[in-house]
Amino acid sequence: MLKKILKLDEDLAKDGPRSSKVHSVAALFDTPDEIIHAAAETSNAGYDKYDVYTPYPVHGMDAAMRMKETVIGKFAFLAGFTGVSLAVAMIGYMSGFDYKNIIGGKPFFNLPASIPIMFELTVLISGLFCVFGMLLLWNKLPQISNPLHDTNFMKYTSSTRFGVAIEASDAQFDVDKVKSFLAGVGGKDIEVVYYPEENIVPQTPIFNRQFIYTLILVAIVTALGTYGAIGKLVNILPFDWMHNQFKVNPQNTSTLFKDGRSMQRPVDGTVARGYMPYEYTGMPDSLVKLLSNPVPMDEKSITRGKKQYNTYCSPCHGYFGAGDSRLNGQFPNPPTLHSKKVREWADGNIYNVMTNGQNTMPSYAKQISRDDRWAIVNYIRVLQRAENAKDTDLP
Amino acid sequence: MAFDSTYTRELPLVDSRSSFAEIDDTVLAPTERKPSKKWFVAFLMANTALLIGAICVGYTLYYGIGMWGNNNPVGWGFDIINFVFWIGIGHAGTLISAILFLFRQKWRTAIARFAEAMTIFAVMTAGIFPILHTGRPWLAGYLLPYPNQNALWVNFTSPLLWDVFAVSTYLTISFVFWGIGLIPDIALMRARAVSGIKKSIYAILSLGWKGSNRDWQNYERVYLILAGLSTPLVLSVHTIVSFDFAVSVIPGWHTTIFPPYFVAGAIFSGFGMVSTCLIILRKVYDMENIITLNHIEKMNKILLATGTMVGYAYGMEFFIAWYSGNPFESFVFINRAFGPYAWAYWIMIACNVGFPQLFWFKKIRRNIGITFVLVLLVNVGMWFERFVIIVTSLHRDFLPASWGMYIPTMYDLGILLGSFGLFFTLLLLFVKVMPSVSLAEIKAVVPGAQPTHHHHSEEH
Ligand code: HEC
Repeated sequence: MLKKILKLDEDLAKDGPRSSKVHSVAALFDTPDEIIHAAAETSNAGYDKYDVYTPYPVHGMDAAMRMKETVIGKFAFLAGFTGVSLAVAMIGYMSGFDYKNIIGGKPFFNLPASIPIMFELTVLISGLFCVFGMLLLWNKLPQISNPLHDTNFMKYTSSTRFGVAIEASDAQFDVDKVKSFLAGVGGKDIEVVYYPEENIVPQTPIFNRQFIYTLILVAIVTALGTYGAIGKLVNILPFDWMHNQFKVNPQNTSTLFKDGRSMQRPVDGTVARGYMPYEYTGMPDSLVKLLSNPVPMDEKSITRGKKQYNTYCSPCHGYFGAGDSRLNGQFPNPPTLHSKKVREWADGNIYNVMTNGQNTMPSYAKQISRDDRWAIVNYIRVLQRAENAKDTDLP
Repeated sequence: MAFDSTYTRELPLVDSRSSFAEIDDTVLAPTERKPSKKWFVAFLMANTALLIGAICVGYTLYYGIGMWGNNNPVGWGFDIINFVFWIGIGHAGTLISAILFLFRQKWRTAIARFAEAMTIFAVMTAGIFPILHTGRPWLAGYLLPYPNQNALWVNFTSPLLWDVFAVSTYLTISFVFWGIGLIPDIALMRARAVSGIKKSIYAILSLGWKGSNRDWQNYERVYLILAGLSTPLVLSVHTIVSFDFAVSVIPGWHTTIFPPYFVAGAIFSGFGMVSTCLIILRKVYDMENIITLNHIEKMNKILLATGTMVGYAYGMEFFIAWYSGNPFESFVFINRAFGPYAWAYWIMIACNVGFPQLFWFKKIRRNIGITFVLVLLVNVGMWFERFVIIVTSLHRDFLPASWGMYIPTMYDLGILLGSFGLFFTLLLLFVKVMPSVSLAEIKAVVPGAQPTHHHHSEEH
């Protein structure tokens, strides 16, 4: 195993066999002055497809090579502008439009508070675009297998010396002429660089089909993986020992009871407190009146009845039962509660209207407890007595 | 110079380019030979610290942040102290690589690469703390505004969110800045590599950089732009970190001096850490003639300047506490200097304001031993500065009924130790596998590296 790896190591270190196709002719120079001179001469001689290779940027080389200003600065500005616009759009949409929250009584889109993020995104976008633009678009990297790599020439130009390489794609390229030209401008160690055997056509690997397919595959796998992982992570309970306790939960199955229910059903016929079944539904008044009032007519029940009447009944029946509704005609006005009919009704009949409803009047059994309904009956009796007071009632 | 001549010997560069080879050999030696015993000992120590930290983090994740000393009045403890401390450490790197670059300070080239690496590792270390502090780190994704089923967006008016943007931008930009600086050097390592696996790794990492002038032209421009972008960025990062405090209403935090005060403190602490590490590095890897005594002296001058600025800020805080006439504000400051945490306060004053004043003396600035002790004290002092700001302000605020004390637990201390472990582990790996001095940059500034007679109109 180890041997295999070591063998592989050796194979990789070896410079692959070269074909006979010429890539360029390269020459080395020793001092910065010499290379500046050589670069200027090469460009004067009308060569086009050549480049100067140095271990570090040499001042004045751009001018010697007659190169144009780079436009990356403008690109960076545009990217920065995109960044700031993106920030404004993002914050404006998110907090000014989609998710409006009042924070400190400030406007939803709060410009001063947005400035830090606007600034950070400007820097981020312009920095990243600049770097990746430089690498991918301008310098056409990655280009791991350029024929110049792993040559004697490159070994020196990346570390101690300077070099010029004139490429075969130049219009006036001719191996011998170029060789003598380079020797004429002071070049040493002149070397003809050939394409490596298997890689005759230089290509940027980022546009390689397989590379792009791999990239797409990786993107899909990562996206799905992240999606799944996030879905799992979001549902992790942080500390679940409050949540999971050793106790019986109502809806869970139980191993203790025969029927497997953890919450046992009540004994048949059990009536919950306050839920006594009402047996007079749909019966004629004559039968309902047999229902007797269990709540005594005393001050306590009348005060209670008054409170409940004013809350639940007065909106339609008026505070004194005269049928003067406060609903402004949005609901049919009820008849007065002082009619002969109601006065002569037994307590059970009034109670029945409240419990079951009557025609358009809905049932109040759900809102008002049984005892309170009887208390209301007592209070209605008080109202009726007050409305139809006899002279003897006066003090 | 009358001082120890081994430290000040400059490489004989003027003679011929052969001295470039000497630079290459010195700087790349650690990457090309087997690490020494000293390296392994250091690595083991860093790893032990890291492991202790990892165990404490594990406990924290399993049992929750109740394992820490944070309590009701003091809701921010070691977690935030360490966050601010490590972010601050990072600032020196960007200052050296970006701001000094814009000021054309050529001496920066020898230390820039290492300081940048420190920035990245420090920011990575710092980032762990707020994420742990959230209590459920696996939900940290919610810190970013991304469309979610709850139809919620983050609060853009919160300084804590600004922090998320500032710190992540800072980390990203520092990383690409450092990364593009490494490309030419890795290309050189590719050319030098004798082992095949190394060669192919370096080939991929260098992206096939050829050092052609057409590439250099764009490269240099981008480097300049990044330096221009990083300069306001680094100032903004600690400004925003200080907003975490200054935007609140807690006496002792709610002050306008915080942004400049924090930035000065960050640079101060960062230089302290850079010096600490470089003094060791140059000794261990025999780089004394690349990272020279002059570099140490220049850094000491910056330490003196920023330390004095920080001292001014401490004084100004007291002045404003009195001048504002706000009884809560003046109470907090009297409590800082004479209350239960007075010891921390005086450690901070001594290490940050007192001892660095010794750097007024040239003899001390150029004495490696004393410098090393002083920069260690700066690290201690700056950690205590954050402790003082956070703990003393929180533990006694408006209502005496809610006063309390903060005592860190074993887990707090373990995680602090672990953060140093992580930082130094990364740093040691870095000096082992990457050139810790930027070769392309340092070669460009040695005497005789640039043409003698270029026309001034052609300079850019
Ligand atoms: C939403 C309005 C509304 C409310 C509230 C309301 N009622 Fe009525 N009530 C009516 C209407 C309308 C009628 C007439 C029903 C009909 O056409 O038979 C009525 C009829 C009655 C009658 C029978 C009168 C008769 O002459 O047949 C009684 C008794 C009565 N309500 C009592 C009450 C009591 C007690 C309450 C409070 C618990 C109450 N009502 C609450 C609308 C209301």
